[in-house]
Amino acid sequence: MRYLPHTSEDIESMLDIIGHKTLDNLFDTIPENLRTKDGITLPDSLSEWDLNAHMEMLAKKNYAANPYTCFMGAGSYDHYIPAIVPYLISRSEFMTAYTPYQPEISQGTLQGIYEFQTMITHLLGMDIATASHYDGGTALAEAALISLRNHKTASTVAVSRLTHPHHRHIIKTYLRPTRFKIIEIPYNTDGTTDLKALGKMDDLAGICIQSPNFFGHIEDLERIRHIATAKEAMMVTSFTEALAYGLLKSPGSFGTDIAAGEGQSLGISQSFGGPGLGLLAGTTKQMRNLPGRLVGKTTDTKGRRGYVLTLATREQHIRREKASSNICSNNGLCAMTAGIYLATLGKIGIRKIAQLNHDKAAYLKAALTRSGFTPVFDSPFFNEFVMKVPENFRKKRTDLLKNKHMLAGIALEPFYPELENHYLFCATETVSKEHMDRLAMEVQK
Amino acid sequence: MKELSEYNLPEDIKYTKDHEWAKSANDVVTIGINDYAQDQLGEIVFVELPDVGTVFSKGDEFGTVESVKAVSEIYIPISGEVIQINEALDNAPELVNQSCYDAGWLIKITPSDSSQMDSLLNKAAYMDMLKG
Amino acid sequence: MEQPGIGGLKFNEPEIWEKSRKGRCAISLPKPDVQESLLDTALTADAPDLPQLSELDVVRHYTRLSQWNYGVDSGLYPLGSCTMKYNPKTNEVQAGRKGFAQAHPLCDDQFSQGSLELMYALEAFLAQITGFDAVTVQPAAGAHGELTGMLMIHRYHEKNGKQRSKIIIPDTAHGTNPASASLCGYDSVKVSSGPNGILEPCAIEAVMDEDTAGIMITNPNTLGLFETHVREICDIVHSKGGLVYGDGANMNAIMGIVKPGKIGMDVLHLNLHKTFSTPHGGGGPGAGPVAVNKILEPFLPVPRIIKESDTYKFISDLPDTIGRMHTFYGHFGVLVRAYSYILSMGAHGLCDVSKLAVLNANYIKERLKKTLNLPYDLPCMHECVFNDEKQLPVTTLDMAKRLLDYGYHPPTIYFPLVVKGAFMVEPTETESKDSLDQFIEALETIAKEAMDTPVLLKSAPHIAKVSRLDEVTAARKPCLKG
Repeated sequence: MRYLPHTSEDIESMLDIIGHKTLDNLFDTIPENLRTKDGITLPDSLSEWDLNAHMEMLAKKNYAANPYTCFMGAGSYDHYIPAIVPYLISRSEFMTAYTPYQPEISQGTLQGIYEFQTMITHLLGMDIATASHYDGGTALAEAALISLRNHKTASTVAVSRLTHPHHRHIIKTYLRPTRFKIIEIPYNTDGTTDLKALGKMDDLAGICIQSPNFFGHIEDLERIRHIATAKEAMMVTSFTEALAYGLLKSPGSFGTDIAAGEGQSLGISQSFGGPGLGLLAGTTKQMRNLPGRLVGKTTDTKGRRGYVLTLATREQHIRREKASSNICSNNGLCAMTAGIYLATLGKIGIRKIAQLNHDKAAYLKAALTRSGFTPVFDSPFFNEFVMKVPENFRKKRTDLLKNKHMLAGIALEPFYPELENHYLFCATETVSKEHMDRLAMEVQK
Repeated sequence: MKELSEYNLPEDIKYTKDHEWAKSANDVVTIGINDYAQDQLGEIVFVELPDVGTVFSKGDEFGTVESVKAVSEIYIPISGEVIQINEALDNAPELVNQSCYDAGWLIKITPSDSSQMDSLLNKAAYMDMLKG
Repeated sequence: MEQPGIGGLKFNEPEIWEKSRKGRCAISLPKPDVQESLLDTALTADAPDLPQLSELDVVRHYTRLSQWNYGVDSGLYPLGSCTMKYNPKTNEVQAGRKGFAQAHPLCDDQFSQGSLELMYALEAFLAQITGFDAVTVQPAAGAHGELTGMLMIHRYHEKNGKQRSKIIIPDTAHGTNPASASLCGYDSVKVSSGPNGILEPCAIEAVMDEDTAGIMITNPNTLGLFETHVREICDIVHSKGGLVYGDGANMNAIMGIVKPGKIGMDVLHLNLHKTFSTPHGGGGPGAGPVAVNKILEPFLPVPRIIKESDTYKFISDLPDTIGRMHTFYGHFGVLVRAYSYILSMGAHGLCDVSKLAVLNANYIKERLKKTLNLPYDLPCMHECVFNDEKQLPVTTLDMAKRLLDYGYHPPTIYFPLVVKGAFMVEPTETESKDSLDQFIEALETIAKEAMDTPVLLKSAPHIAKVSRLDEVTAARKPCLKG
């Protein structure tokens, strides 16, 4: 097998040095009754060529194998990825390297992640960003835990019902064995979080609001900041569409204490939901509370600029049972990818792409309205919006995917039972006017 | 790391088995970590201290001292209320390495029971404990 | 023997914003074909201050950065407990197939059959390899898998009517173990390994009671030794109603030899980025699937995948589930690579992997033990632990830094904590005898240098881009952004 270099001569001479007759002798210390009698049963090994054929066949069973137009977001976004991004990230010095615990030979990863941290602080308007987490949902759960641990008395965190349903579920899962509680903030008829209801909640350690929210609308972060301050609760702003902040005022500009969200939009392919990129950023005050790896700048013995993982004493390998999180791996390669993507976009590109996202979504909303769908919520949105559709749309949507290669929105009812026949649509820079006109026409048929 | 005989352990103060020291003067007790502790930890990078006003019982954890590769909890030698913390350590945690009994003090407390000082170790007893 | 570490043309490269020039943009902007729709200026702000670069600026910057790094493709990476084996390139081709890479996770099941079939099959493969009944591939990393497993144990005790407050953790455990236990509210009860470096049943018996939720055990342990009393230990824990969590980070040593699910463990996590060849990526993304027996199956995270005749479906209506660990289904892209690896190796191949991994580690152990102190001179599994006792005052750290000059990534240092000055070597099965011989010779030379010219080690590394870095100032005055 091409990954196993040992020849029979090699094995023989190595066994000789060790003092064994056969490879099986290497396991003599394992008690007989612990050894498996029947080995493992797996399909016969495939050659590289047969593997290609098999995987091609499997991949073809996904609709994405063929060209299609994506009008769906809900936490995973179709964006153009410039050729240089996969090209650069595939360099094996990035891809096959370990965590940079030996900084002298990991300056590539370390400087790259330091630059990523910096760019994320600019994107989110925060003081510090970590070297990344698994995804937006787990980053948000960590943020909720920070707010709960920090508070001297309160043990409840308020989470908007318009936070991504799966993110809310993760928070619930993480909090279950603890003494902490979650209270859900309802939403308004304009598609934003009901801040009046929030105002009536007391004894909160943290307030978690997603903006743009799951329905696509931009929340009133200024007002939320006032409420959080008045209630002495930590303000946590989450997001699923990182590109929104190429256009919108950043969470940091409103005084958010912790920003936590999903960075998949930053040059990372959708890949059926993972790996993505968890972004976590805080104020300087939070520095020692933020879990996860952090890269810091320093100098070497000759005074030259260099980078190291720092503040490691927060982490599990030192803190062990007292660590505030158990996180070990981050999503390093995805963070590097996002860094390369943000550098490629630059200040000009990110604004233009973000604006284009909104333009396309606005156009699509108007086009679908003309086709007979009903816009549901009034307030400003970024690149997603909710429409009420006729009864027959459900069947039509399946047909559109099967035969016209258009993924037309996602039904909200499974997440919000009160919203029957409501669909969440998305338009990014990848959908053309032609595509949108075609969709608008098809849904009328 | 130093040898046992090289540690600086002043005669006129008390020690704990967790390597803290306590010095009483005019009803105020100053507390810190001793030369052995700072030497074991190595270069100290951060000191976490409690808020002024916090009340602790003897043996409670009152803060942490961090080096690059380790964190050490610090335990209060006697019960009392924190009346002052060494704010200089914010910017210069290395003071604990350089001068652990002087500029590198950690907290000052008003003891709730001064007699607790008597049950702390003197230098000889502390050194015995280290050797054993 | 020529050693790989020599000098070379090295490039300096500033921080990326220093190359920024107003007006440059490296992305090809799509042509706008719809009208601009302006949001209220109260909602928008000036664009974030990202650098403005040409495409070549970006390419050159990251190319140069990559050249300062060292990957498995560059050379031997003998990191104990990390299993830095070769990452097959065909796996990248498979993960990059459009049908996978461009799939939206919320697309209807019927249009995602490729993904579902792959995940279902992978779950079955991992169940088979580990000897368990059911698997979830949702956890995004080993530590995430540990949390998943501990949450399931927690839920199990809750359902049983009595929550427990403690978990037994051996002194050789990886830091993620007690951290994961803490997140579930469990206090860690530490037990010391015996004089032979493995756990002794009496030590477990002494602490196991009906307030202990169970034990977290790594087998082979982090000293590279097989926990021969594992069955007895599992029985002791079970007898008091506790469960056994297996940390499967070291699975590379026992595939086809031992099935953890059949020797008493109730739950086990795997690290796909270790045993199953997916790339480490400079710190991730990995994946940490969790395998469970029938007792814990009801508590697995949702959604799960079922097969009805020839169709695969996600189901979430499972009353005892712990809930959701990841926004979607885990690191699917990583799963594709592991799946491809397993198909490429087959059962015989995976058994060979373990045999050769253990062969390589024992070979290094035998050849190096005259040079470096071996605290436990016993047959090891896929890794072995030395320390710096023979070289003091030259330390493990000094030897590690000097290895960089010879062109090697150092082994894991100062872990496990039970060995002072630990130097843990895991070569993996993808290294040839020649590669090992070269490494052994380098270490022998370094050991001699430690005696004759220790200053060479104390001031190492000399040929890396930077020399030793000031980690103290980095922690005292953190500078986390530019």
